[in-house]
Amino acid sequence: MAMALPLAYASSVVNPFEAGRLSFSTKATKHKKHIYQFRKVTKVLAYYGLANPPYKLDALEPYMSRRTLELHWGNIHRGYVDSLNKQLANSPLYGCTMEELIKTTFNNGNPLPEYNNAAEVWNHDFFWESMQPNGGRLPWGGVLDQIEKDFGSFSNFRDEFVHSAMMLFGSGWVWLVLKTNERRLSIVRTSNAVCPLVWGDIPIISLDMWEHAYYLDYKVF
Amino acid sequence: MALRALLTKRAPTLASGLGPFASAGGSGTGWQGLCHARGLKVAALPDLEYDYGALAPAISGEIMRLHHQKHHKAYVSNYNDALEKLDAAMAKGDVAAVVRLQSAIKFNGGGHINHTIFWKNLKPVNEGGGEPPHATLGWAIDTDFGSLEALVQKMNAEGAALQGSGWVWLALEKERKKLLVETTANQDPLVTKGANLVPLLGIDVWEHAYYLQYKNVKPDYLKNIWKVMNWKYASEVYDSEAA
Repeated sequence: MAMALPLAYASSVVNPFEAGRLSFSTKATKHKKHIYQFRKVTKVLAYYGLANPPYKLDALEPYMSRRTLELHWGNIHRGYVDSLNKQLANSPLYGCTMEELIKTTFNNGNPLPEYNNAAEVWNHDFFWESMQPNGGRLPWGGVLDQIEKDFGSFSNFRDEFVHSAMMLFGSGWVWLVLKTNERRLSIVRTSNAVCPLVWGDIPIISLDMWEHAYYLDYKVF
Repeated sequence: MALRALLTKRAPTLASGLGPFASAGGSGTGWQGLCHARGLKVAALPDLEYDYGALAPAISGEIMRLHHQKHHKAYVSNYNDALEKLDAAMAKGDVAAVVRLQSAIKFNGGGHINHTIFWKNLKPVNEGGGEPPHATLGWAIDTDFGSLEALVQKMNAEGAALQGSGWVWLALEKERKKLLVETTANQDPLVTKGANLVPLLGIDVWEHAYYLQYKNVKPDYLKNIWKVMNWKYASEVYDSEAA
């Protein structure tokens, strides 16, 4: 999941289409030369880029409208990325991978101010990946085997997942995670921006249950 | 418009506190009758004192309708369900069930309390909405915040900064007779932040309160809601509690 890599840029705008493709070191060495050659140089900043969802914004219709994705990705997700970059501009925390940043800023349950933005950036990246156009088929292979082992059947799992989502009070997420210690799948509900990465679990799929994720399309619930 | 106001004001099925006729949404009348027989007072969805469209353009009619008829009604209905289950669990001495029901009661009961206050906090412009407070509350605001503008700015800042779902409140601390700005998460009522806190004004910053109209631009919603703020109600509460 290398969506949000740190990128070093002197002064140009981050090109979102190249967000995943530039490596940290090549840009850094290029800029080191610049720093010594020119006295007037803008500060080198580590930047997180907003990655595109792996499909066009209307690809999930009719279940999730283009308008929802335009706002959810284009405004809300982008907002978290921009806020995070602003926060990190003067912080010793930049230069981490997103996962490292999330675990560090979660601070064992006493989150630092950057946590919320970092986690929401990652959560949304993961959420776009959890969905696909023309999806809805049953899982297969190892995932299905494990689901059947841990939930009895796929439809049991789905019922439990939906029930968990309906029981969420306030804003939050529902996750299917692989619990690393117990070596089994589990459905986990988190509040606001909490991400199961902080407990060392491995998310498999997620569902955004903040109202902004469904309100335009489904109104209430 | 006027006809609809007449209907909402007089619709007996939605009126509050009318015993066995108190309606709490589509869950049927069976358990309500039973609850009443056992002396259990169920919650009821209060009427609005204005049309759904009367707060536009600050808050759209669509939002008001959904907010009242779907969200608030669901809190009432779910609270009543939980209350009935709690009653049964208490009668049986089922401690685990009593404890398990607490979060549903807090969430739905809190939602009912908070929204009941919220509807009274709002008033159409042509009925005095947005008119600034005078006299006692006005002076108290100047004393505790410097000016009305400073208070509005503070509440808007706290509302904008609130992560996730919650409320931002103008509260009266009864003991010290001081005004405070407080926030609560999810549907926690103001008293969860202090037993002596009395809510004068609350602003719902759950996304459902503004998303359809303002999308994710919460600050615009916060800026505009003051145009329909019912300071008269806040003053009345202040005067009765701070006396």
